[in-house]
Amino acid sequence: MNDPEMVVSAQALCRTFGQVKAVRDVSLAIPKGTIYGFLGPNGSGKSTTIRMLCGLLTPTSGTATVLGLDVRKQAEKLKQQIGYMTQKFSLYEDLTVQENLRFIAEVYAIPGKQRRVRVQQLLEEFDLQEQRKQRAGTLSGGQKQRLALAAAILHEPSMLFLDEPTSAVDPQNRRDFWETLFQLAEQGTTILVSTHYMDEAERCHQLAILQQGVKVADGSPQALGRGINVNVVEVTADSANQVRQAIRSIPQVSSVTQLGVRLRVLIPKELQDPAVMVKQVLQQNQIVAQVDQVIPSLEDVFVAVTELQAAEGEAA
Amino acid sequence: MNSLLRIFAIMRKELLQLSRDRLTFGMIVGIPFIQLTLFGYAINTDVRNLRAAVADQSNSHLSRELIADINASQVLRFEHQVGTAEELEDLLDSGQIAIGLYIPEDFDRRVVARERQAAQLLVDGTDPIILGVAQRLTSVPMSFDTQRMNGPAENLLEVHNYYNPERRSAINIVPGLVGVILTMTMVLFTAVAIVRERERGNLELLINTPVRTTELMLGKIAPYVVIGLIQVVIILGLGWLFFQVPLRGERLDVLWASLLFIATNLSLGLFISTSAKTQFQAMQMTFFIFLPSILLSGFMFPFDGMPELARNIAEALPLTHFNRLIRGIVLRGADLQSMLNDVLALLAMMVIMLSLAIRRFSKRLD
Repeated sequence: MNDPEMVVSAQALCRTFGQVKAVRDVSLAIPKGTIYGFLGPNGSGKSTTIRMLCGLLTPTSGTATVLGLDVRKQAEKLKQQIGYMTQKFSLYEDLTVQENLRFIAEVYAIPGKQRRVRVQQLLEEFDLQEQRKQRAGTLSGGQKQRLALAAAILHEPSMLFLDEPTSAVDPQNRRDFWETLFQLAEQGTTILVSTHYMDEAERCHQLAILQQGVKVADGSPQALGRGINVNVVEVTADSANQVRQAIRSIPQVSSVTQLGVRLRVLIPKELQDPAVMVKQVLQQNQIVAQVDQVIPSLEDVFVAVTELQAAEGEAA
Repeated sequence: MNSLLRIFAIMRKELLQLSRDRLTFGMIVGIPFIQLTLFGYAINTDVRNLRAAVADQSNSHLSRELIADINASQVLRFEHQVGTAEELEDLLDSGQIAIGLYIPEDFDRRVVARERQAAQLLVDGTDPIILGVAQRLTSVPMSFDTQRMNGPAENLLEVHNYYNPERRSAINIVPGLVGVILTMTMVLFTAVAIVRERERGNLELLINTPVRTTELMLGKIAPYVVIGLIQVVIILGLGWLFFQVPLRGERLDVLWASLLFIATNLSLGLFISTSAKTQFQAMQMTFFIFLPSILLSGFMFPFDGMPELARNIAEALPLTHFNRLIRGIVLRGADLQSMLNDVLALLAMMVIMLSLAIRRFSKRLD
């Protein structure tokens, strides 16, 4: 039934909390060694889906296997083989860096000598050697995040779940963090990472865009860009506001996003020569502007699919 | 093997966290000191229906009338009829009665002669309230007294105070405090133990590891068992130092009774911890247990003096049983075998609470 090559395989996962449908019919197939991204705003069901795949939440309906283990029935067995980095820092703030790692190593029952070696190795690898005797609560955001990742991979899991790991971290630390993720993926670890940063999503091998608990699109970032049913026209002008008003008057335009002096205009693919159409409208309004059709970025994809979803939601 | 490693890992972690939590650490030592100095005085009150036994060696018309009169006063409730004074002492030792009435063979002659007291009240004097009751009994008007003889019966009953000849109230308070302090600290510490991890977000990480529920519970309980024993030593040590409270029973019995009671309280705390949503809720629930424990367990008021409903509630509280055990061992030199019922009651409560706690704790978030 499940493709053996797939580390994560989920069919129609649903989860409701009371009246709220947090996750609706999410199906996933994640091959080994990939970095798979969950992109979506807060409340889109990223954390809930991750928790279901870890065996922490029971799905209301639907099935999922991770590493060939059923998340409903074999959750305990699964826990030996997966690592989970929670959204909120969840190590003990009143223990030191080293004590935290030692505790985790003991809980995973790593034997004595191996345990010391592994903790030492992680302290060096994650640049925490100097902070080893420091309480975790006093670490900086970046240090906490490195410690949390070190703890999550301490028992060398073959599948790693990261729930918004970089939300409290500066750009340099984020870059380093992603380097580590790529190294882990090269060694064969499958990684599922949730984020609301476009640049991070763009780094993923594959990603799913979640919106209000529904998976609205998935695929590689490039494929997603090709696959959307809008064209992107970029308008560069001095008076962005006027341009925006002018373009808003075109009924077919589905979205206008401003980036500094540039405006990204999303126009459904059915319309031929979108750039020409935009130019005509601007000329009618006596606005001088540079107009080009460009390759869709991931952000355009995100805007396009989430707006489409919202529109469908209203229609329904 | 792995299981043991994980239990020890959790124990070590708990101890490390405890040593860094100065408030809790202060409570462990501070509470015994403060309570011991606070509860210097006992609260006297009117009591009825104290459990009693009678050894009537005279078995005469007069002696039966005396028993009937005391019965009519409702202060004592005779539950046992025995033959000798030694048997009365045994009943006192095991805590089955609070007062024994001994009527000697020559009772009738003594009543008539009125040279010395005609009968004896053997009293568990460790509880000053019971001692007071006995003193008052000596002045209860006896019917045969007024009808057949002239003058009051001042010399009819002699009070024989067992275990506490100096009539000090501290002697009863100090062993009682052991239980009160253990209830207060042990339940509270464990009640917040799991809720705290949940509140701080640690639990989400912990339940995603292979640690088993039983391992988690045992690892969390174990450090506090040691802490509880330290408290027992502090309280009894201070009681001996400041109030000259003796230890008449075996130390080993004290150890076993304390261990059992500590484990029961910790299990109760864990159960609260799995039910409460916040640390504040856990504390509220702890006080919900703590208040009736103090008031109904026999620590403040003699158990036998309470109305039936209160006594039934008290039987469900671990502290009631422990108070009987610890007072029996420390003050009367009794051993655990003679108080098996209370031992079994504590054991049952512990098993029930711990299994409920383990059952209620889920390694899932839903």
